[in-house]
Amino acid sequence: MSTQPFEPRIVGFLCRWCSYQGADLAGTSRLHYPPNVYPVRVMCSGRVDPTFVLKALREGADGVLICGCHPGDCHYQQGNYSAMRCMPLLHRLLEQFGIEKERVRLEWVSAAEGKRFAKVVAQMTDDIRKLGPLNWPLTLHQQRSAAQ
Amino acid sequence: MNGKLNFAMYWGASCGGCEIAVLEIREKILDLAQLINIVFWPVAVDFKYRDVEAMPDRHIDLCLFNGGIRNSENCEIAQLLRRKSKVLCAFGACACWGGIPSLANVSNRQGIFRTVYLQSPSTENAGGLLPQELTPTRAGDLELPAFYDTLVPLSEVVEVDYFIPGCAPAADRIWAVLEAVVTGQLPEPGSVVGALEKTLCDECKRVRDETKKVKQFFRPHQIIPEPEKCLLEQGIICMGPATRGGCGARCIEANLPCRGCYGPAPGVVDQGAKMLSAVASLIDSQDPEEIDRIIAGIADPLGTFYRFGLSASLLQRARLRAGEQPTLQEAAG
Repeated sequence: MSTQPFEPRIVGFLCRWCSYQGADLAGTSRLHYPPNVYPVRVMCSGRVDPTFVLKALREGADGVLICGCHPGDCHYQQGNYSAMRCMPLLHRLLEQFGIEKERVRLEWVSAAEGKRFAKVVAQMTDDIRKLGPLNWPLTLHQQRSAAQ
Repeated sequence: MNGKLNFAMYWGASCGGCEIAVLEIREKILDLAQLINIVFWPVAVDFKYRDVEAMPDRHIDLCLFNGGIRNSENCEIAQLLRRKSKVLCAFGACACWGGIPSLANVSNRQGIFRTVYLQSPSTENAGGLLPQELTPTRAGDLELPAFYDTLVPLSEVVEVDYFIPGCAPAADRIWAVLEAVVTGQLPEPGSVVGALEKTLCDECKRVRDETKKVKQFFRPHQIIPEPEKCLLEQGIICMGPATRGGCGARCIEANLPCRGCYGPAPGVVDQGAKMLSAVASLIDSQDPEEIDRIIAGIADPLGTFYRFGLSASLLQRARLRAGEQPTLQEAAG
């Protein structure tokens, strides 16, 4: 086994209008925060199909962070509510798959909230560091090893 | 043999419903008998595995394989039949995506054995006996197939030419596929046959409002649905939007929701995720607490959304953490 400390890999789906700008602001403000989120820019948090989340976890992500505009601020009016309605059901499903709810988070980050973005990322990285790696490909390999 | 097609049918981890479904073509079975020559079909005709082993490769023209791969016997026979068959079809939801037996992928061999042989109230097993792969006796060693931790669909262990979905496949669709095989009109290998290239909702006659949202979800026994209106819009989880059409919407006609047995709709990667998204979009609330209350009405998201295809979903199985459940030795006391 590798002796290197565990560095969580978190896929971040950031809404193009608010949260991606917020992440940008965190950078241009030279805020220090963990480099563990791999950002993917999407048009809206409502565009993040649960399939994307499962795919990210399937491919080896330790967590998925979805960030959108605050409720009421959606560029498309309703998109972030759609994300909001999906999340608790997705959490229940993931729990049945044996995946802790802390691994998938939905957060509201506006374009002005660089500090908040940095805080959310730091908090989530810390939480997942405590949970340990998810490593789904390895999980599948180990728990399927009897087959074939 | 006299121009007839050599036909084989086999079952892996399945209930036998697919075998019955073939008989559902009724009197056409007589027409079929004119066209095929049954060379292997354990349910119907007495052949042994060694008879199949003795066949030349590609001797079987059409092999319908139903059931998933649960143990080493399923796997070995799948590989054997693949060698001996020109066309190998995954027949029914279990062979295509794991089916209902793949819901056991929330557990593993140990957990399944514990429930079945030690803990189920109807089991009397005072000695805590468990199936062994090898049991030495005075008359020689007795062998049982190895039971896998994870059930996988047929396509995980061999190349599959065609997928015929359904639990069980609808009789008229089976007949259409058989006709296509006999007349040599099969599409590209790897395709789903005996189904439609659209969702179940597309062939459903119920009226959809499109704007209707729900404040409460019901299980089918909790409500008498109106016969004309979309079931989802009445708060009943109906898998139509995420499921491939082709079954004739017979459950819906009986006022029951679609359970998803025709598998993911064309273009859908993960049937459960697609369904989750469809269900979430119906919820009539913007208040997190109320949303929690509404989704509490969905009893078992994993079992509902992946009822027929957990082992072909993106995550394929649940993650079990060591030490969470008693070992077999502990359970046996």
